Amino acid sequence: MKRKVLLSGNEAVALGAYQAGVAVAAAYPGTPSTQILEEMSKFPEVYCEWSSNEKVALEVAIGAALGGKRSLAAMKHVGLNVAADSWMTLTYIGVNAGLVLAVADDPGMHSSQNEQDTRYYALMAKAPMLEPSDSQEALELVKEAFHISERFDLPVLLRLETRISHSRTVVEVEDGVREEVDLPYSKDAVKRVMVPAHARLRHPVLLSKLEELRRFGESFAYNRVEMGDPRVGIVTSGVCYQYVREAFPEASVLKLTMTHPLPERLLRDFCSRFRRVYVVEELEPFLENSLKAMGIDAVGKSRIPRMGELNPDIVAEALRELVELDGGKPPKLWPSAAAEDKATEDKAELPPRPPVMCPGCPHRGLFFALGRARATVSGDIGCYTLSVLPPLNGIDCQVCMGAGIGLALGLERAFSQSELNAERAGRVVGLLGDSTFIHAGIPALIDMVYNKTPVTVVILDNRTTAMTGFQDHPGTGRTIKGEETHALDLEALSLAVGVRRVRVVDPWRLEETEEVLREELAASEPSVVISRRGCSLRERPEKVVPFWVDPDDCDSCWRCMRLGCPALSRRDEKAWIDGDLCRGCSMCAQLCRKEAIEEVEHA
Amino acid sequence: MPDAVLAGVGGQGTVLSTRVLAEAALLSGYDVKTSEVHGMAQRGGSVTSAVRWGEKVFSPLVPRGTADFMLAFEMLEGLREVGCLAPHGIAIVNPYRMDPLPVLRGDAVYPEDALERIMERAGKTVIVPARELALEAGSLRAMGSCLLGALSVFVDFPEEAWRKAIEEFCPTEYVDVNLKAFDLGKRLGASER
Ligand code: SF4
Ligand code: SF4
Repeated sequence: MKRKVLLSGNEAVALGAYQAGVAVAAAYPGTPSTQILEEMSKFPEVYCEWSSNEKVALEVAIGAALGGKRSLAAMKHVGLNVAADSWMTLTYIGVNAGLVLAVADDPGMHSSQNEQDTRYYALMAKAPMLEPSDSQEALELVKEAFHISERFDLPVLLRLETRISHSRTVVEVEDGVREEVDLPYSKDAVKRVMVPAHARLRHPVLLSKLEELRRFGESFAYNRVEMGDPRVGIVTSGVCYQYVREAFPEASVLKLTMTHPLPERLLRDFCSRFRRVYVVEELEPFLENSLKAMGIDAVGKSRIPRMGELNPDIVAEALRELVELDGGKPPKLWPSAAAEDKATEDKAELPPRPPVMCPGCPHRGLFFALGRARATVSGDIGCYTLSVLPPLNGIDCQVCMGAGIGLALGLERAFSQSELNAERAGRVVGLLGDSTFIHAGIPALIDMVYNKTPVTVVILDNRTTAMTGFQDHPGTGRTIKGEETHALDLEALSLAVGVRRVRVVDPWRLEETEEVLREELAASEPSVVISRRGCSLRERPEKVVPFWVDPDDCDSCWRCMRLGCPALSRRDEKAWIDGDLCRGCSMCAQLCRKEAIEEVEHA
Repeated sequence: MPDAVLAGVGGQGTVLSTRVLAEAALLSGYDVKTSEVHGMAQRGGSVTSAVRWGEKVFSPLVPRGTADFMLAFEMLEGLREVGCLAPHGIAIVNPYRMDPLPVLRGDAVYPEDALERIMERAGKTVIVPARELALEAGSLRAMGSCLLGALSVFVDFPEEAWRKAIEEFCPTEYVDVNLKAFDLGKRLGASER
């Protein structure tokens, strides 16, 4: 019995992987890929884990595939940077049972630090890559991917994007479907131990597989031509296919689903039918350049933006003029240019609403204290990154997860040799979250001790992976399936690697936190400060006692406003607390010199 | 092919309302697509999502200036997204104000005329005091269901589809509250029809 349900792309990937018989699935959370593993973990038959980072996740999947069971690893685009070392040699050794690596890109950077295009990772590793254009395809392609993986003995990269992962579309679901795969394991060191002599043998094998894959792609049913208007030919893939269909419903379309390696004959055949060919793709000119390398001219990034997300409007506007020149039908959906300009103009003049840390967020207290202790702060990726905005202005620099410590070590080494920046020396803080510390911070912590760099590391321990929606991690004492497990002891770990000064503070206590930070910054040896309090969005007590401001006592000094708490604003020239939002952390009350802020019940 | 855009502030429950609306459309026999925002923006930033339904839907994103409905959970966010509406489009607005950080800090001014400007641009505006209605229903968390109730008056989904969708996606202990909030919104919408 089939039923129609609405699934997000991520849910569809999970269901497809389950139905394909995946036995082992591993991931590190990252928007927009997070829900893939969350959904997989609901299937009791599948072993699932939040891995400590993406590299470990992929390695767990590799081990499982070598061991004869189908496996899935999931991550966001930047996660694959972490896992790239394993990824790049995996294609040499192959898989045994199928392995699918699902990677979600984030064009437009809804929740990411860059817009890198994952398709180049398929190119670099010489791996097959599939790109679904809705949830139904995501479900089907995961299963196809496992067959391809086993047939060619290669991992398959399933490339998703925000608008695939986080769009719900209708999927026909059949219950009770699950393939059973159990393949024998036998030792084969020449194939699986990549010493140079073996790797030299494996590289040509990989190259010939790539050629076979190219031939396979020529007749792969999901690479399909939809002939329409013979004057307008568009090559596209992924979610862009939907934008093309929306903007130019009559056009002829070559919808590519296997985007690496590319089906050269199919492409040549399609393109030869048109005077001009368009390539519609997000981010880099990946398809376009491949076409050009085949000697096929195509209109792509000369018209279509190379950054940000596309949408039907952008595609329509970018190609409208040329399509009309070709004699094709102009896009039908098009608000008048003037109305559009007006709307954009109006929008630009409105106050922006950047994301902010929640009321009562423990990070706020730590950053407030850190600001008063006057430190140079290298940061990390998580909710605490939001402290970069005024009034906290809490972070000086940040590149990626776990980088806080390493950057701090270099800053300290530069400052301590500088005349210009000498006063900054000895006042450098490297900052990470609990989950990101485990992800990539531990080697840097060891480096700090080993090389005796007197930096203060701050671990913002809120007992969860907050930004991505509260996933467990090795420090929380729970697995993805909710089972109890050992909780990593951050203090003991810091001591074990040789940090002698380890302090724990409650960031809701502003004065105490500031004092500890001052002491540790003053110390001339490496130190660790653990700022510990549960995330206030996740850990809500039964009853919150909000605070309020007595307008008669408030003298409008705005000291409390320095926290940047979204529950606090100015009304009628007095501070005012929105009781719906206030989390009762008391930090604003601690700052008020007039004792104008107090708990509502005492009022 | 009707489209609805939902605009609000991260944490206000737009994602849940998106799911309920999409499910109701599915249960009414339509092809449906949604787009949602997860991650960083959900920490109190501007969030928009979209639901499109009809015989066959391609893009999960709504072309600008073509949406039939906009559900604004907050006035400034409604004003920000009102350009999504077609000239005949209906704005269903919670007249609720949440100052964004630049306004809280005094670096920017909240547009006092947000509601008027929405009304000017929209083909029709239905004002739904969702905060008050949700409190009457029993929980602030049910604001989205009040807006959906008002929307239900203008779309052709059977009542049963809405109820089932709410039952399926709202946390069990909040189903009754949300159903009640939906009814309150619906009553208000009906009076505006
Ligand atoms: S989710 Fe938790 S960690 Fe993130 S801003 Fe809110 S309170 Fe802070
Ligand atoms: S007590 Fe003050 S700082 Fe804390 S959440 Fe309430 S208003 Fe914000």
